[in-house]
Amino acid sequence: MSATDTQPAPELHRPATQGMPMLHKAIFAALLVVLAVLPILVYPVFAMKVMCFALFAAAFNLLLGFGGLLSFGHAAYFGGASYVAAHASKVWGWSPELSILVGTLAAGILGLAIGALAIRRQGIYFAMVTLAFAQMVYFFALQAEFTGGEDGIQSVPRGSLFGLFPVDENEALYYLVLAITFGGILLLYRIVHSPFGQVLKAIRENEPRAVSLGYRVNRYKLTVFVLSATLAGLAGATKSQVFQLASLTDVHWSMSGEVVLMTLLGGVGTVFGPLLGATIVVTMQNYLASMGAWVTVIQGVIFVLGVLLFREGIIGVLSKWLKRPL
Amino acid sequence: MSVALQAKGLTKEFKGFVAVNKVDLTVEKGTIHALIGPNGAGKTTCFNLLTKFLQPTAGSITYDGRDITKMLPADIARLGMVRSFQISAVFPDLSVLQNVRVALQRRRGDSFDFWRSERELSRFDDEAQAHLDAVGLSEFTHHRAAELSYGRKRALEIATTLALDPEMLLLDEPMAGMGQEDVARTSQLIRRIAKNRTILMVEHNLKVVADLSDKITVLARGEILAEGDYATVSKSPEVVDAYIGAGHD
Repeated sequence: MSATDTQPAPELHRPATQGMPMLHKAIFAALLVVLAVLPILVYPVFAMKVMCFALFAAAFNLLLGFGGLLSFGHAAYFGGASYVAAHASKVWGWSPELSILVGTLAAGILGLAIGALAIRRQGIYFAMVTLAFAQMVYFFALQAEFTGGEDGIQSVPRGSLFGLFPVDENEALYYLVLAITFGGILLLYRIVHSPFGQVLKAIRENEPRAVSLGYRVNRYKLTVFVLSATLAGLAGATKSQVFQLASLTDVHWSMSGEVVLMTLLGGVGTVFGPLLGATIVVTMQNYLASMGAWVTVIQGVIFVLGVLLFREGIIGVLSKWLKRPL
Repeated sequence: MSVALQAKGLTKEFKGFVAVNKVDLTVEKGTIHALIGPNGAGKTTCFNLLTKFLQPTAGSITYDGRDITKMLPADIARLGMVRSFQISAVFPDLSVLQNVRVALQRRRGDSFDFWRSERELSRFDDEAQAHLDAVGLSEFTHHRAAELSYGRKRALEIATTLALDPEMLLLDEPMAGMGQEDVARTSQLIRRIAKNRTILMVEHNLKVVADLSDKITVLARGEILAEGDYATVSKSPEVVDAYIGAGHD
């Protein structure tokens, strides 16, 4: 073989036998410490909102970054789950963990139905199919009786965890939300670094080759679609308990767009990028809220700058500098 | 000798254009069979039909006595018939070791277990390394596949394919884009792996075809023009005509 590339290149890939690299362990530990004391520093509801969106973006990143599938309808699972969870809490009087569970499962089932149809198409057509179905979910939420139309489902009671521990107080709820979102993000990390994740990456990298090795790729695509929808649902269901509200905003197409923005801004296909992207976007919306419609303009400018300056997202660029996967 | 792969009346139409027309092809077990022909003769279409990446308009295909006409390409691979690609087919963002391991991982059956750690896969590491050693990639184990040179990518592709231990290999222009030295090395490698396997290859390099093949099928305008060993085929006036004719187009 040619002698042109004999100089040792940086070893970007660790042997799989080592498990989670020290750097990732350290970052997760630091995050946990920061999140544990965060309610002292910032308004807990805001912090909970950030965590919910971080999980939403991370779930979306599983599909786009590792499945190579761009869904433009993830609001359907996020918002759909929030409606189901809010309904379960308010009308059926279920405790928060059961409401969140049923909301999450509903998102998974919705993901299975939509995903089974959408994965037959590729690229832009896949995105269009997911968007079309998400719009159907939106109009369902707008028209159906139990979703409350324009008002959504309001003043959802928070109830007590397992019927025992009241989570009416923001501080109490905060740690429940922390456990759920952090657990969800660790699960996503595991999915990416599992035998399933390995095949998923192979399909993303070279689909015909994966087929020729004997992998039935559509089944893997459907599985990752359902997993992503389910975890997006977990985020949405949790958010409905935080805000005691399920509203049309959560199922609107602009929510599907926002999660794309968060993921791209932070770095698609990275572990920590979506978390940072979600934090930036939510923080911006929160602190610039007084500027009204200008928030959208500023978001647009940031997105354009992000694409121009950090094509691989903030964490993506950082990861290249450090020559380490982040 | 028994038959490995057989096509009968294989036809593929694209919107009125007949790319492959009633091709009958028999590949015998343990042989190297080459499919040649001028540009646009339908070699690649034929190849894609046989590997089920395209669905034929008419005709049937049997592999090892089993009708595979309606099967999915992934299921063909599971029967032991694995194809290569014209452009080097590696997984660029996976490490060299992981590339081979993905093939070995097929032995677990389906890998839908998203809850298990990928450490589960480390039991394939030694075997994957052995396959890499065999094609001279020992020192690149932990490099990204994208960083390899063209020749090494092809070597990695071969290691990955051999990791599946297929009974039959379909090679789509294995020498495409290679320099003299690499062609010689790859020829040797093909001869070595053909010892207990059946090989069907599409190839432009006639010297390679003459060297390696037990049997040659010449295609032109989607139809079989001649068949036989190199001596027979190269003397056929239709074949000479087709090649020179194509040169003047």
